Amino acid sequence: MLDYEKYLRYRTFPVPWCPGCGIGTIFKAVVTAFAKLEWDPNDIAVVSGIGCSGRLSTYFNTNTLHTTHGRALTFATGIKLSNPDKHVVVFSGDGDALAIGGNHFIHACRRNLNIKLIVINNNIYGMTGGQVSPTTPTGFVTTTTPYGNTEPHFDTVELAKAAGATYVARETVNRPRQMLKVIEKSFKHSGFSVVEIVSNCHINLGRRNKLKHPLPMLKWIDENTIPLSKAKDMSEEELKFKYVVGEFVHRHRPDYLSLYEDLVVKKAGGDKK
Amino acid sequence: MNNVKIRSGNELVVEGAIAAGCNFFAGYPITPSSEIAEGMSRELPKVHGIFIQMEDELASIGAVIGASLGGKKVMTATSGPGFSLKQENLGVALIAEVPLVIVNVMRGGPSTGLPTRGAQGDVMQARWGTHGDHPVIALAPAFPKEVFLTTIDAFNLAEKFMTPVILLLDELVGHSHEPVELPGPDEYEIVNRKYPEKLETLEIYKREMGKPPLRPDFFMGYPIHIESLEHNDYGYPTTNPEIVEVQQRRRLEKIERHKDEIIRYKTHYTDDAELVIFAFGSMARSALEAIETLRKEGGPKIGLFQPITIWPFPEEQLKKAVGEKDVLVVELNWGQLVYEVERVLKTNKIHSLLKMTGMPIRPDEIIEKIKEIKNA
Repeated sequence: MLDYEKYLRYRTFPVPWCPGCGIGTIFKAVVTAFAKLEWDPNDIAVVSGIGCSGRLSTYFNTNTLHTTHGRALTFATGIKLSNPDKHVVVFSGDGDALAIGGNHFIHACRRNLNIKLIVINNNIYGMTGGQVSPTTPTGFVTTTTPYGNTEPHFDTVELAKAAGATYVARETVNRPRQMLKVIEKSFKHSGFSVVEIVSNCHINLGRRNKLKHPLPMLKWIDENTIPLSKAKDMSEEELKFKYVVGEFVHRHRPDYLSLYEDLVVKKAGGDKK
Repeated sequence: MNNVKIRSGNELVVEGAIAAGCNFFAGYPITPSSEIAEGMSRELPKVHGIFIQMEDELASIGAVIGASLGGKKVMTATSGPGFSLKQENLGVALIAEVPLVIVNVMRGGPSTGLPTRGAQGDVMQARWGTHGDHPVIALAPAFPKEVFLTTIDAFNLAEKFMTPVILLLDELVGHSHEPVELPGPDEYEIVNRKYPEKLETLEIYKREMGKPPLRPDFFMGYPIHIESLEHNDYGYPTTNPEIVEVQQRRRLEKIERHKDEIIRYKTHYTDDAELVIFAFGSMARSALEAIETLRKEGGPKIGLFQPITIWPFPEEQLKKAVGEKDVLVVELNWGQLVYEVERVLKTNKIHSLLKMTGMPIRPDEIIEKIKEIKNA
């Protein structure tokens, strides 16, 4: 039996998410990963931005920080640089990480600090009532695309790969065991990791797109989920609007802090003090 | 006099920060403040501090807030456009009560404006730039040694009152290279953050009215929560009106009740003056030169009230220094602090000399204005 209760801040419960929201499944996977790795809650900082995902930090009984929209990674960068031996986990949503915080996302990937980013992609701005996000599928109706979304969507995984993240994976809330596996792997990885979890927002996305209950929405995600092994034999056309899941990148290169210590501090003579 | 060096204001900010014990800097290049980031990138690794150039202005203030929560003494530096971009996260540091120093080397605005020209147009932005009601400490040194010591002071006030402190230089102060005798460690005090000996409860914001929080940093053994939403004593989000009022008031009062401790100012020749000039930063220096020239030439006797603390505004100190005398406000903008002076000195006659052309107000222009007032 895993001792994950010590990672829960009961005083702040109940949690604010809508009934049936996928965030609860992700929350459980993350505390389970903490417990499996036996991380000391005092050695963990959980940082979040704004939106439904942003509310997560409040419920972890660790060092926690709720920041501004899109900027969670920047605060996390300061925390990690000032405490290199501690664990820093960041929650962001699709709007938070890929729209307003897009610049921080790509530069965090490039910089390769040992920070764990979990992008909860529910394809919509849920907290503000269902406006179109950078991952909303083309054609979907939202409160700011009442005639259907005309924009193409961002692919979190491709963006993270191209920007240089050293661990990149995608899973969905329908696959909790696989989700736990990639989250745990990303936590063990040394370097910047991006794990995208596709989640359901039946309230503010599904409702306007004939998926207004949790089960039809989860079923829709499931029908559009393709394991990476299978996707390798599929054409670009066949993969359009599909959620390819699995581990995409697991590579190693020196992280920012080790380079800073080896190159900068030694050259400046700071190591002699 | 063996410690005399040639230094710019920006370089003195770097030396003051290192002397104060700053060990983390995050920034983004912007004229006319870039020399501060350059200096910190050179000096911090020597003292095992961390320098990072972030991807933008928003990121750099985010990173310093994170590092401050992680236990570092932190600074970022910018100029007008960057100061605008930093306003949202400045609000985080204000509501969550996170110590940091933010330098704004003021240039001509609005917008991209006049990147290489000095101005004093950001004083009201320093007061009200981030949304909502909030307390502010802003300091504006004028003379080289003052820049060094005020930088140390900025860190001391930030750590003591658990709040961001804005250090306002103007381009003329930041870029003027002058000889300066650097003060030794016995000439200034260093204030470090206070921690609770033992934390009985996680109510880190439960403090008497007017007191800053006394709390551990991250990773000190307590699962604390730091929140950008309005929060209760635990730091947990709340919309309870009674709790909101207590927290809002406590944050305002922690500055209001300690104004005497926070306010720094100088008076020059005010005792026998028939008129007192109110000026800060580079304009205080122009004014002082004008005053000394007039006194040398046997002209009218003028004094200078030079606020170093701009916010909170030195109301009582100004009243006391000028009495019933007429006042001339000299500032490098189209009139910002003159409104504060008028608010405080309700019965005095207030004149103003304002300019925003990208060029400083010269001593001879101030002398001319004084003659004009005298002859009126």
